[in-house]
Amino acid sequence: MTGWAMALFQRDLRLSIRVGGSALVGVLFFLAVVTVIPFGVGPDLNLLSRIGPAILWIGALLATLLGLDRLFQADRDDGTLDLMLMAGRPLELVVLIKCLAHWAATGLPLVVAAPLLSIFLNVDLVAMGAVTLTLLVGTPALTLIGAIGASLTVALRRGGLLLAVLVVPLAIPVLIFGVSAADAAIHDPVPFMTPFLILCALSLIAAVIGPVASAAALRFSAE
Amino acid sequence: MAFWDYANPTRFLRLVQVLLPWLIGLCLLFFAVGLYMSLFIAPEDYQQGATVRIMYLHVPAAWLCMMCYSVMTLSSIGTLVWKHPLADVSAKSAAPIGAAFTFMALVTGSLWGKPMWGTYWVWDARLTSVLVLLIMYLGLMTLWRTMEDQIKAGKAAAVLTLVGALNLPIIKFSVDWWNTLHQPASVIRMDGPTIHPDLLWPLVIMAIAFTLFFFVIHLMAMRNEILRRRVRNLRMRAAAASHPGTAAATAQPAE
Amino acid sequence: MHRRISFWSLALKLIADNLTIDRGGRRVFQGLSFSLDSAAALVVTGANGIGKSSLLRTLAGLVTLAKGEIRLEGGEPDRLPQEHAHYFGHQDAVKPALSVLENLKFWQSFASPAKVSGFGETGRSPMDALETLGIGHTAHLPAAYLSAGQKRRLSLSRLLVTPRPIWLMDEPTSALDKASEKQLLDLMNTHLSDGGMIITATHTELALNNPKNLHLEAAAPDAVAPEEMI
Repeated sequence: MTGWAMALFQRDLRLSIRVGGSALVGVLFFLAVVTVIPFGVGPDLNLLSRIGPAILWIGALLATLLGLDRLFQADRDDGTLDLMLMAGRPLELVVLIKCLAHWAATGLPLVVAAPLLSIFLNVDLVAMGAVTLTLLVGTPALTLIGAIGASLTVALRRGGLLLAVLVVPLAIPVLIFGVSAADAAIHDPVPFMTPFLILCALSLIAAVIGPVASAAALRFSAE
Repeated sequence: MAFWDYANPTRFLRLVQVLLPWLIGLCLLFFAVGLYMSLFIAPEDYQQGATVRIMYLHVPAAWLCMMCYSVMTLSSIGTLVWKHPLADVSAKSAAPIGAAFTFMALVTGSLWGKPMWGTYWVWDARLTSVLVLLIMYLGLMTLWRTMEDQIKAGKAAAVLTLVGALNLPIIKFSVDWWNTLHQPASVIRMDGPTIHPDLLWPLVIMAIAFTLFFFVIHLMAMRNEILRRRVRNLRMRAAAASHPGTAAATAQPAE
Repeated sequence: MHRRISFWSLALKLIADNLTIDRGGRRVFQGLSFSLDSAAALVVTGANGIGKSSLLRTLAGLVTLAKGEIRLEGGEPDRLPQEHAHYFGHQDAVKPALSVLENLKFWQSFASPAKVSGFGETGRSPMDALETLGIGHTAHLPAAYLSAGQKRRLSLSRLLVTPRPIWLMDEPTSALDKASEKQLLDLMNTHLSDGGMIITATHTELALNNPKNLHLEAAAPDAVAPEEMI
């Protein structure tokens, strides 16, 4: 069983690294979002360090959504998806593995870039660690929830924008607890662990709902 | 099974024909009584004055925006599990109605909020959740519009509706959490049992009137949707008739 | 001897019973029934747009049936009929960014083989399959550099590395030259003599062993009343 799963994971990872450098584009977009915020709110370092974790989270959310529209579309366009449906492998697991590979190629670089970008935002050391940790735990949830949107819009030519509209409401809880946990690490109205553990729980819930729902949507889209 | 599936839309249309006049009559009656009671009989609030009467529109609208999503959730289960064609029609026609009531709940809420809080909008937990609900309704409607094939669109929307139904409690919970973090309770809390009967009765009647109103327009919208799909099928057939090659095909194995 | 016994007890047989398909609110065909034994080919013919591709996609499990059922007698009991089948359609499912060998190795490990008694194929090694199809020299090149015909042959090699008894082939000869067409025919006939079965939709004459013909033609336009469908 693990043989085919590894083969799929490696294939998807290879494809995302070789085609268009999607990891790099995601990180560049992340950098661009973080760079424009100070132009919007002003260069006040105190303000920036206060809203820094929130900016990083919103940047990560947008960068994740940006890269998701090709998650299944590339495979649908060349007929691969049809063959995957009849390969005799559980489609839910196929979706889960594709999401993991996609996260490893595009989500993980965002997490790695987060400490660097927090320097621009004058985020202190503790908060930098907290925000990186919450992104590490929370971005998989964004990818898994986004997979639902990606599979619903797989047949649409310009599904990217619609995908964002469909996914953003579902991603609000992840954003709330991600930012709360990061905030809690700096100034504590609540302990860090409470929102952090809820964030972990959300990721686990998304690991169930996301693959089940998008597998259903992919089956319908093949018709 | 198949016969029942296909025959049902026709039977449904006949049922709607019979039911609608009664529903409309009942709905008008409840509205007349409810509006009279809430505008003339219900007492003014000693603090809020006449603005308290916004409640008689706001609360039923808020109730309906939840109920409408429940109707859509049930319909989506019907689409995915039983593959019933009417379930798809029901979910599709409920979405714009739900969006309208959600919008109405938000507008009346912020009009009520202006004298109460001194601003049209606060990021209160309830308002925020309802705003998220509105975005979800609009997203569903967009999904339906952008997909060419109605059957595929119906299935896709059903998946999204069910995911939304699973997520709504999580969203509500997280918005409540977020709200308590950022904002101490600044909002009036209206707990059911403590409301005075003079205020409660008009509210109940208005809620019933709104519910009836929902069913009236939902049935009408479903009827229109069925007719619209039939027109589409007739046109498709007209197009197919001029190209015999693309018409329905039967086959016999030669040999 | 052993093989003969199992052949009698569990002869592979594909049965399509009263198939009816609707696509996009339009009835494509209805009441289509046929059966196919192992070592036999079914050639589906008919005018363009009549539903040949839809039939193959239905047998591949990609289109849901409005009515009817597809059964496979003698297949692996806990698997669906389409999991015993290869679908070779218009799209090649070739990733240009991967090398030819990477493309093929992925499908070898991803698609699960179907072990059915009375069906003799064992699955070739990827290199062997590529050599057979005459693209062995491209194994380590990115698939982006292949010509349309070579991509088509790479896609075909997928059928050789994972043994599955049913081949569903939609216009298999498109983008192939005469020589490759001959080679394809040999492969198809070998598959048949190994106890496999082939269902193909085609415009060109294929000299297959043991062919049956299924001709789709248009029915009277009011086979479906519009009131029946919403």
